[in-house]
Amino acid sequence: MKKLSAAIVGSGNIGTDLMIKLKRSPWIEPRWMIGIDPESDGLRRAREMGLETSADGLKAVLEQGVRPDIVFDATSAKAHVRHAKLLREAGIQAVDLTPAARGPYVIAAVNLEEHLDSPNVNMVTCGGQATVPMVYAVSRVVGVRYAEIVATIASKSAGPGTRANIDEFTQTTARALEAIGGAKRGKAIIILNPAEPPILMRDTIYCLMEDASAEIRDKVRESIEQMVRHVQTFVPGYRLNREPIFQDDLVSISIEVEGLGDYLPVYAGNLDIMTAAAVKFGEEYARHKMQVASAEEAR
Amino acid sequence: MAYRYKIEITDVTLRDGMHAVRHQFSVEDAKAIAAALDKTGVAKIEAAHGDGLGGSSIQYGFAKEAEEDYLGAVCGAVHHSQVVALLLPGIGTLEDLKRAVGLGIRGVRVATHSTEADISAEHMEEARKMGLDVVGFLMMSHMTETERLVEEAKKMASYGAHCVYIVDSAGAMLMDEVRRKVSALRAALPDDVQVGFHAHNNLGVAVANSIAAVEEGAYRIDASLAGLGAGAGNTPLEVFVAACEKYGIGTGVDLYAAMDAAEDVVRPRMMRPVLTDRTALTLGYAGVYSSFLLHAERAAQQFGVDVRDILVELGKRRVVGGQEDMIVDVAYEIAHGREAKGHGALTSSHRG
Repeated sequence: MKKLSAAIVGSGNIGTDLMIKLKRSPWIEPRWMIGIDPESDGLRRAREMGLETSADGLKAVLEQGVRPDIVFDATSAKAHVRHAKLLREAGIQAVDLTPAARGPYVIAAVNLEEHLDSPNVNMVTCGGQATVPMVYAVSRVVGVRYAEIVATIASKSAGPGTRANIDEFTQTTARALEAIGGAKRGKAIIILNPAEPPILMRDTIYCLMEDASAEIRDKVRESIEQMVRHVQTFVPGYRLNREPIFQDDLVSISIEVEGLGDYLPVYAGNLDIMTAAAVKFGEEYARHKMQVASAEEAR
Repeated sequence: MAYRYKIEITDVTLRDGMHAVRHQFSVEDAKAIAAALDKTGVAKIEAAHGDGLGGSSIQYGFAKEAEEDYLGAVCGAVHHSQVVALLLPGIGTLEDLKRAVGLGIRGVRVATHSTEADISAEHMEEARKMGLDVVGFLMMSHMTETERLVEEAKKMASYGAHCVYIVDSAGAMLMDEVRRKVSALRAALPDDVQVGFHAHNNLGVAVANSIAAVEEGAYRIDASLAGLGAGAGNTPLEVFVAACEKYGIGTGVDLYAAMDAAEDVVRPRMMRPVLTDRTALTLGYAGVYSSFLLHAERAAQQFGVDVRDILVELGKRRVVGGQEDMIVDVAYEIAHGREAKGHGALTSSHRG
């Protein structure tokens, strides 16, 4: 079976990084890059990499009859609300990298296969992709009555979309801590740090556990380590900064995400984990489509 | 008497002061302090968790009271002063702001790190639409060059700020720097946008810095009763008002009422005296966010390391406001022998 054809909407940091990763995918071929600024670096790179580009936005491209198998939306929450409708009407699979949250949440490390039949999935936020797996690692061992995460990212890695979407970031991440992470209540905080050289993405994850006995702590420790190894299978630069610290019923986990340096330098682990998660979903979706197709052929 | 300057004071006892009491003011405390402040004639009273709306958290400490009970109590206790709240985009949200407006606040101060003004656009524009008094709060202004501060202040003005503050969150600025930065903002901003100044007393110059700011054109100055605030505290309201009286600066605040409120209402409620001890002094010296004080002391105890080593290392890493989680990580690293270089920076730079 040939690769699924993909369009990327949004030629900013996320869209461009995603394009570079999709270029390496054995399952998906990025064919279109759609932006709104013809001068953007992302569109220029896309042309260099042999993609068809448009600066007229998604609507115009769809009206020209372009029909990708899958569309990755890396614009903004507001724009995605419009895009989601257009893609649904055109019957195209949407992978939403904005915090718009039109479709169900997918955290690549936790529920990758859960929503393969949903026409629109939401990749939550970079902070969500990085921290929800940790909350899940705790909650699969013991009840988590409250989870709180603090995501600190380099100012340079936060583009205008992220900056305009700060509230959506905290709200969407918090909801994912609950819905996918399994915490009864979630809260998310984001901080931009302008230090030079830029800092790596860094997240602190706090969970209040319903049982903090020595036995539970050991299991939680082990579960966290397992999850870190799992995330590393698709985000190699994901690692613990230190051992989890237990204090009464609180466990505090500190992680760092070093990016692959595909588009922005390695400090932008936040970009990397988001785009790696989207690629992971796209590939899983492609495999799923192929299985469905070959099952139909067999009949 | 004829004043040389007229200014407006925003009291921050019930917000920045929360850092000094681990956000444990009760509804009763809030009512008593708000009522006492109201009697002083101070123009504005800021109230919230120390880290603003939505600040109650593991990262910054849980507040004793629910936000709506606390804010509701403050709003209900005042007749004259306007109650305002602090909001840090990334921590608090527009939803939090709308709830606070429902409780009776009349203004919001939207705070970002001094290079990140653009994350406040949405909040300020919406706040303007809600008819609030809108302030832009450029935190950790000592870390940012004047030219960049001016750019960021202009952005905030373009989002609708009535006033933009130079905020010395680390209490690391001296008078020359205050003059330079305040006068640059005053010169660059439109006439109808005021300039404000918020001090911390970590180097013992909060009152002097605030007066210097007034001389350079700042119209709004922050202060708190008995200086209650993060680090070595803020500009003490009663001291500042007395100094202003002598200097010919009209504040609209009744000096004796402020003295009484500080002495009779706030001091008995302090968990520990606000003073320039070695930890608070190190904040100002190393240029570290003042609310790290109590968190750093706790981490120092937990990991058995010198609190000054933690703070100096944080300063070197150019950690910004809100990164309280770095305190534990740095303490952990020091305790586990990593990053052993770096120690003793305070003494070695003294020698130099």
